[in-house]
Amino acid sequence: MAQHLLFVLFLAPLAAIVLSLILRHSRVAEYATVAAAIIDLAVSVPLVMQTLSGPVIFWHSYIRVDTLGTWVALCISIVYALSSIYAVGYMRILDEEERLPLFYALFSGFAFTMLAACVMNNVGVFWIAIELTTLISTFLVGFEREAESTEAAWKYIIVVSGGITLALLGTVLFYWGGSFVLGPRYAMTWAALHRSASRVYQPLLLMSFLLALVGYGTKAGLAPMHTWLPDAHSESPAPVSAMLSGALLNASMLGIARFLSVVSGTSVSRFAHTAMVVFGIFSFVLAALFIVRQSGIKRLMAYSSVEHIGVQALGLGFGGVLGVAGAFYHMLNHSLNKSLMFFGAGNAMRAYGTKEIPGIRHVLKTFPVSGTLWLLGAVGIAGAPPFALFLSEFTILRAGIAGPYRWAAVLFVVFLIVVFVGFLAHFRAMYFDEASEEQLPQVRRLPWVVWRTLPMWLAFLPILVLGLWWPHGLWDVFLKISVAMAGGGQ
Amino acid sequence: MSLTHLNSLQASIFSSLAIVSLLLTFVMLGSHWLRNYVYAFAVQSWLIAALSAAVGYFSGYPELYVIAALTALFRGLVLPYLLMRIVDRLHVKREIHAVLQPSSGLVVGAFLVMFAFVIANHMTRQTTSAAHVVVLALTIMLSMKFIGFLMLSVRDEAVSQILGLLVLENGIFLGSQILVPGMPLLIEIVILFDLLIVVACFGILVRYLVVHAGTTSSRQLNRLVG
Repeated sequence: MAQHLLFVLFLAPLAAIVLSLILRHSRVAEYATVAAAIIDLAVSVPLVMQTLSGPVIFWHSYIRVDTLGTWVALCISIVYALSSIYAVGYMRILDEEERLPLFYALFSGFAFTMLAACVMNNVGVFWIAIELTTLISTFLVGFEREAESTEAAWKYIIVVSGGITLALLGTVLFYWGGSFVLGPRYAMTWAALHRSASRVYQPLLLMSFLLALVGYGTKAGLAPMHTWLPDAHSESPAPVSAMLSGALLNASMLGIARFLSVVSGTSVSRFAHTAMVVFGIFSFVLAALFIVRQSGIKRLMAYSSVEHIGVQALGLGFGGVLGVAGAFYHMLNHSLNKSLMFFGAGNAMRAYGTKEIPGIRHVLKTFPVSGTLWLLGAVGIAGAPPFALFLSEFTILRAGIAGPYRWAAVLFVVFLIVVFVGFLAHFRAMYFDEASEEQLPQVRRLPWVVWRTLPMWLAFLPILVLGLWWPHGLWDVFLKISVAMAGGGQ
Repeated sequence: MSLTHLNSLQASIFSSLAIVSLLLTFVMLGSHWLRNYVYAFAVQSWLIAALSAAVGYFSGYPELYVIAALTALFRGLVLPYLLMRIVDRLHVKREIHAVLQPSSGLVVGAFLVMFAFVIANHMTRQTTSAAHVVVLALTIMLSMKFIGFLMLSVRDEAVSQILGLLVLENGIFLGSQILVPGMPLLIEIVILFDLLIVVACFGILVRYLVVHAGTTSSRQLNRLVG
């Protein structure tokens, strides 16, 4: 059963790519992409439920369908679905009609590689899948072909490819360490690495883990390796920004989580968790400070992504059932909420013709409906109830207070307040500040509003529902993941 | 583990191939002509191919012959050819603004090698019969990593940055031939192809940089500040 679902999961985007490239017709390409994305979303939910009875491994143990991987795949499919709907309304206003088929082919290709990374059981092939996501998304980042976006694409590929080679080095060293225990030839699977981990020379194990953490952390946007992220997120088209932030960061976080579970139960496990907490809190604090001083609307969203990736790293670092559950609940909520935020930012940017916050005023007059959704989303992403991110951040905080990292929990609370004030101050200015006559921006009326507002509703409603009610079924998923993270069920 | 049973001839073949590869990294570090980088990279790739073949022959991993052939073909011929095309198209023959003069670059590189040796020496303590080759391989792997990052950070030209990345990869590849010759064949082949795609992507991006940003020097790519 899992095989069939997986087959559909990969066939759908592949079909969209082929259709876009062969027919070279913009309308066909965009509808094919939307259809593929919705199919993927529909398939990934039952896929998660399939894995609750245990991981399924097949194809000479190259594919591993487990709860951890499929949960991340679900988050990715959600963002893929939302942003492909939004892309229909957004990409049409860019006047790039003849290049749209290429855009959608790359877009689906990007989703395909990220989904592939989620089910890879071989550590080396996982690395390759992550590397491929970079190569494809580079061209999406540089799609607008202006000086800034080309520069952002260049910096993105250089920084991330350089960083990710550290993860490859870490992988090779993990394998080398394992070869003292399991013999010179063995399958390079997550389970095999975990089996050998406790008997590997521990400093070597620690170094391998740190290399993998820094490597995949570069891709996940953990500070101080986040430097590519604000540029790439702010220069790419809005649907791509949403995919980068809501989906790609999760796929890289999956790598970190898998390596964390490889070293669990060994004597370096405690140190690995501390490293996660340190990177998490550093990203969080740094992003909070940059959020306060930001003047570009999409850069604001980008730093907010660094912040939330920091929160996820904190959750994994705090560990335990609560920490892990909080981190993965946060992943889902962040995917939904940040997509909403980037969609709103894309609308504002195109209507006002500027990326600068001071140029965007009286948003509610321009967008009565989607403006309201964007404002509510901002309240949500700043971590206020009754929205979902509040619940997940609160859970992570509980894990932090219960565990040995109380100092980090205290810092976390203090800077949550900084983020809340800083983030919403920008929104207050955009919504309620009086603009003087000459400042008053020229607002463009843009067509295809429904395509751009519908995904915002689709993102907003789950955030509200999940903020009020944590479905019991999700606990089963998170329990399963936290058992796997603690080294069981491998 | 066959590496602990090497005789002195085999050990010295492995070591000299690895050491000459490291020296070629210093050639790249000590020059500022872009063509020299590409030549040094090509020779280094051939040496790595020879090393794969040697490990395959002496340690009994016949599949490494495939890797050796593919390395020579892709890293030794195709990649240098693609890089040369990029260099020719750019009309930039050398690094103009050196943050670090080649001579001081060599000194920094030497310190990085020493640092790498300290780490490698520490990491191999667990093997009682730690063959010198293992320490050497780990040292060279780490030093090429460090020097690659050094090149990425002090060189401005797009081509130099691509080569910096390729040195990072070459280091890992070289080290893994000696440390983990039993690593699954599939992964090594896919990584080789992956590298080819990487360089192709870089080639396209460099062209965009010239057309849309008007420069390929990271010194002038300063509109965005992270």
